[in-house]
Amino acid sequence: MTLESFINEAISPWMLEDGPDKDIVMSSRVRLARNFADKLYPTSGNQEALEEVLQFIRKNYTQQEDTEQDSISFIPMKNLSMIEKLVLVEKHLISPHLIKHSDHAAVLLSAQEQTSIMVNEEDHLRIQVYYPGLQLRKALEEAYYLDDWLEEKADYAFDETKGYLTSCPTNIGTGMRASIMMHLPALVLTKQINRLIPAINQLGLVVRGIYGEGSEARGNIFQISNQITLGKSEEDIVEDLESIVNQLVEHERMARVYIYEQSEISLEDRVFRSYGTLKNSRIIDSKEAAICISNLRLGIDLGIIENISENILNELMVLTQPGFLQHYANKALRSDERDIRRASIIRERLNLKK
Amino acid sequence: MECQECHERKATLHFKHIINGQETKISLCEVCAKKKGYLSYPEEGYSLNDLLSGLFQKDGLNLSSTGATKSNQSQELKCASCGRTFSEFKKAGKFGCANCYASFGAKVEPILRRVHAGNTKHTGRIPKRAGKYIQQKRLISSHKEELKQLIEEEEFEKAAVLRDKIRELEKENHQNKEAGDNT
Ligand SMILES: [Zn+2]
Ligand SMILES: [Zn+2]
Repeated sequence: MTLESFINEAISPWMLEDGPDKDIVMSSRVRLARNFADKLYPTSGNQEALEEVLQFIRKNYTQQEDTEQDSISFIPMKNLSMIEKLVLVEKHLISPHLIKHSDHAAVLLSAQEQTSIMVNEEDHLRIQVYYPGLQLRKALEEAYYLDDWLEEKADYAFDETKGYLTSCPTNIGTGMRASIMMHLPALVLTKQINRLIPAINQLGLVVRGIYGEGSEARGNIFQISNQITLGKSEEDIVEDLESIVNQLVEHERMARVYIYEQSEISLEDRVFRSYGTLKNSRIIDSKEAAICISNLRLGIDLGIIENISENILNELMVLTQPGFLQHYANKALRSDERDIRRASIIRERLNLKK
Repeated sequence: MECQECHERKATLHFKHIINGQETKISLCEVCAKKKGYLSYPEEGYSLNDLLSGLFQKDGLNLSSTGATKSNQSQELKCASCGRTFSEFKKAGKFGCANCYASFGAKVEPILRRVHAGNTKHTGRIPKRAGKYIQQKRLISSHKEELKQLIEEEEFEKAAVLRDKIRELEKENHQNKEAGDNT
């Protein structure tokens, strides 16, 4: 496989499209959890019920059914290798939970990879829609469209006062989780993020890092999402989240100006050192890679570095994940082997220039 | 802010507890949060659910260790459709089917209230096809609010028109409900 075609595989087509505030907001996602009224939930562990749901979806929702923009294909988890499944997780198209319970699970995936519908995750259906940049409303509208399409042929588990009845009480009501993925290097550098996170938590929103297992948000990438799903409408939840995100974007922009003005030379030093590391290292672990990639992207955003695509952050964060490295190598790799492979794939990517 | 457990790493997760009516806050790093059982699927990208289910799992454990619930165990609540018991639900933090809500009744309410900032009533979307009856019902109740307002403002002519409209909608919706009940 050539690196170009591999990158194409790593990057979902929708990620390359433009979106509002895309220099800071990497993506917007809306997820709806739904269950059918008369079937036991996947959490019940009843294999028969799970298989019935799977077959029902395969039969009714895979034959030339198109959404507005995009054709949808049905992919049973059983048909995928472990590495292929891992790749889908790293692209955030399915959850690790779906892999763990993959006997009766599937995903309905659109060609643009903008929408994915997990079947028999923790709920019968998990509808996910992504948009580049800050476009939660659009994502919500598209999710509604799919929601109505799925509800045409079967009744949902729905209660007038409790809303959509999900397997977990944390999703009950709207069943909706709206989330935003943001790159906030300047807020981290100026330590403002430490003040902001508790304040955001107070507003019923959750902030967490999405890459890496440690305490920090690896690569300065944060995910912000709603915590409450009951008692607020989807539109209100989205509006509240968007207004917080808008403020964060503003703070991040001000912090970027501040660090640039404070010491242009030390910022340049940071960016170019990271660039140098990425261009020259022969062994690099995922943590160091994430830090350097974040610095490089900041350098691109601030015009310190030219001739490199601003998609480098999205691309390299996915490309350097364990599943993708093994997919590219076409074999299982130990972690020390991955560090070597990671360094080489980053060097190759930076040589492509674009 | 540093993690209140290890005092080494940065705290990125903040938990609120209500123990004996006292609210306490704790800030932890992900490593310690994992260790303390707040995160049950730590490797997942979206572990919010698990994080919250860990929260009331803890309460469940506290409850059963007081002995107060022991006497109830013989007559424990159980969902007739999926067979899940209330203690199984508390342990896993998950329901087994749509009927679990009704089966566990009032015991679920405090959990929902805690998880959803005191809210217990859904105000969002309604299924497009099957939810016509409920949609109409919501419309009627919002018209009734308007009607009250009009009467207060002594806009009696407008009120009369609206009242007739409400009656019509109610009649129509009664038929909707019966049609819905028969399917
Ligand atoms: Zn700690
Ligand atoms: Zn049940």
